Amino acid sequence: MSKTPQTPQPVSDEAAVPEPRTGEEAPAAGAIPAVDPRLLVREQGLKGYVDEFKRKIRSGEIGSLPVVVGLIVIGIVFQALTGNFITSYNLDQITLYAVGPGIMAVGIVFVLLLGEIDLAVGSVAGLAGAVWGVLGTDMPDGLAIILGILSGTLIGAFHGLVFAKIGVPAFVVTLAGFLGWAGLQTWVMGDRSTIPTPIGSFVGDLTKYYFSDVAAAYGLAVFVVAAFYLAQLRDSRRRKAAGLPHRPQSEIILRTAVLAVLVLVAAYGFNQEQGLPLSLVIFLVILLVTDFVLRRTTYGRQVFAVGGGIEAARRAGINVSWIRISVFMISGTMGAIGGLFLASATGGADRSLGGGNQLMMCIAAAVIGGTSLFGGRGKVWSALLGILVIQSIVQGLNQMNLSSNAIQYMITGAVLLIAVIIDSVSRRTQKTAGRA
Amino acid sequence: MSQTPVLALRGIFKRFGAVQVLSGVDLEVHAGEVVALVGDNGAGKSTLVKTIAGVHPIDEGVIEWEGEPVEINRPHDSQNLGVATVYQDLALCDNLDVVANLFLGREIKKGGVLDEVAMEKRAKDLLSTLSIRIPSVRIPVAALSGGQRQVVAIARALVGNPKIVILDEPTAALGVEQTAQVLDLVERLREQGLGVILISHNMADVKAVADTVAVLRLGRNNGTFPVATTTHEEIIAAITGATDNAVTRRQARNAEVAK
Repeated sequence: MSKTPQTPQPVSDEAAVPEPRTGEEAPAAGAIPAVDPRLLVREQGLKGYVDEFKRKIRSGEIGSLPVVVGLIVIGIVFQALTGNFITSYNLDQITLYAVGPGIMAVGIVFVLLLGEIDLAVGSVAGLAGAVWGVLGTDMPDGLAIILGILSGTLIGAFHGLVFAKIGVPAFVVTLAGFLGWAGLQTWVMGDRSTIPTPIGSFVGDLTKYYFSDVAAAYGLAVFVVAAFYLAQLRDSRRRKAAGLPHRPQSEIILRTAVLAVLVLVAAYGFNQEQGLPLSLVIFLVILLVTDFVLRRTTYGRQVFAVGGGIEAARRAGINVSWIRISVFMISGTMGAIGGLFLASATGGADRSLGGGNQLMMCIAAAVIGGTSLFGGRGKVWSALLGILVIQSIVQGLNQMNLSSNAIQYMITGAVLLIAVIIDSVSRRTQKTAGRA
Repeated sequence: MSQTPVLALRGIFKRFGAVQVLSGVDLEVHAGEVVALVGDNGAGKSTLVKTIAGVHPIDEGVIEWEGEPVEINRPHDSQNLGVATVYQDLALCDNLDVVANLFLGREIKKGGVLDEVAMEKRAKDLLSTLSIRIPSVRIPVAALSGGQRQVVAIARALVGNPKIVILDEPTAALGVEQTAQVLDLVERLREQGLGVILISHNMADVKAVADTVAVLRLGRNNGTFPVATTTHEEIIAAITGATDNAVTRRQARNAEVAK
């Protein structure tokens, strides 16, 4: 510390008058370096990138690293066990069954950001499927779909109201919902155990439609990579123009290259099968929109603020009740949309749709993907990464003829536990490293 | 110092149930003046500040803003006038970075989208005008020390360009170095022409930065002293109520004679 501002001891009257000090203060203030000398400034270029990465790992800011490592390990293990796990067929199958729970997990991410939990999302999905199925028998398909999704939004609003206005813990409200809405689902279905998807229904297309033209998958891949590159470049240029730290060109190119390889390999895989699945396009759109809302809008900032400190959020003029209610509405809506995908994948509305381990899979996906259970930290992309891990395991077990619930439940349970342990440990490490 | 006080409280009364917390309290804050509000526990300091901040509306009395009588019934009214309050428990979101915290509730937007670049630039400018040194404006507030959090909380109050800043015990939980940093910051606020109301129990801090000391005792004014010509003992005496007795009157007389 170059400057040691002395607090004058009030021994005599004259010494305590602060005015004389202000004159001496001015030049000293100008001499203060803009950056704290203790700050570890990151070097520009690739070396800085590697150093920063190492430092982040050591201080517990691991983000999505465990899940990426997990995906690689799963790929290697199943490839070794079955000999033909990494195939385009499996890519297609994993996508087919991942999108429904993945969309539900996006809703869970929002709730987890508040540090709360939504245990009703599976039942809401099932109920939305039932509402769509029953209404679809004597109503235009589009209207039935909209009403099915709205039923989820309404239920979410109800959960949110009871939680935010009455103050019942979200855990209990949604636990009641978990039972109650599953009951309502059975009641709505009446004496029918299944309602097959009507021919020509859009819900059928959700998981059955493919853009079979090879240009579709490659086109989307190229578009995504180009958009990513341009957005990064534009952000970097603006920051540079404003005199702020910015990503160097080399880093942007590295990131874009990694993304390009992943996306183009996936596009190649889909084109080996039936083409680009419509379900994946919808899932990506939902991810992009929700990511934008969370990171780039005032609403998203407010969600993080409420998750980080309710009192601080309230003092900043944020309507905490509305944030809570709206987040549960988003969760309900995502649950309902996910439910329609589940119905599509299983061939129609069903009494047991959304039951079983569906709920745990969604919550596990969000947590495995790196969204903290303790609130305030997370990304919607964790829903994608997490559900990929879970569906890869399911697909691998299916391929090994171990598709019984017994094995799947145990493995999914173990993976969830590992994810939560990693979350807790990383949080503790962050605390000791002064980052949480 | 300006002639018309930016904020003037005249004859403020406030009661909670059976307790008359404030009875006829007067307070004036001028632009570029640091007013220390001191008094023992239960003297009514916090209540007085909360009436200014709009948390508790006053029962009787007049609040004048730049000479005009105004009504403050909600925190919003107070913020709109230009009063910023930094509470003792800071109220920062630990998971958000410094920029996000500074602009929480007042985000800069461009076409409905958060303008992170503009906010970061403004944050850097604000922090450098106040000579606040923190490692980076993009680290979570959780990673800052107690003193750094205090200066961030104060800087946060300044984002809305207030005219009066109320600091509730800003140095209560801070070490020597951090206390000095916060006191420096208070002086910089004064240099920028802001009126500061400083609640403090620490007489050293009060003597160090305040221009005027307003003493509350049992919900009433118990003297307003210019810091420069008042001794530590006189302030303590006013706080504890030991001013008005034969001994102190005699001391005061002797002091006058000595001068």
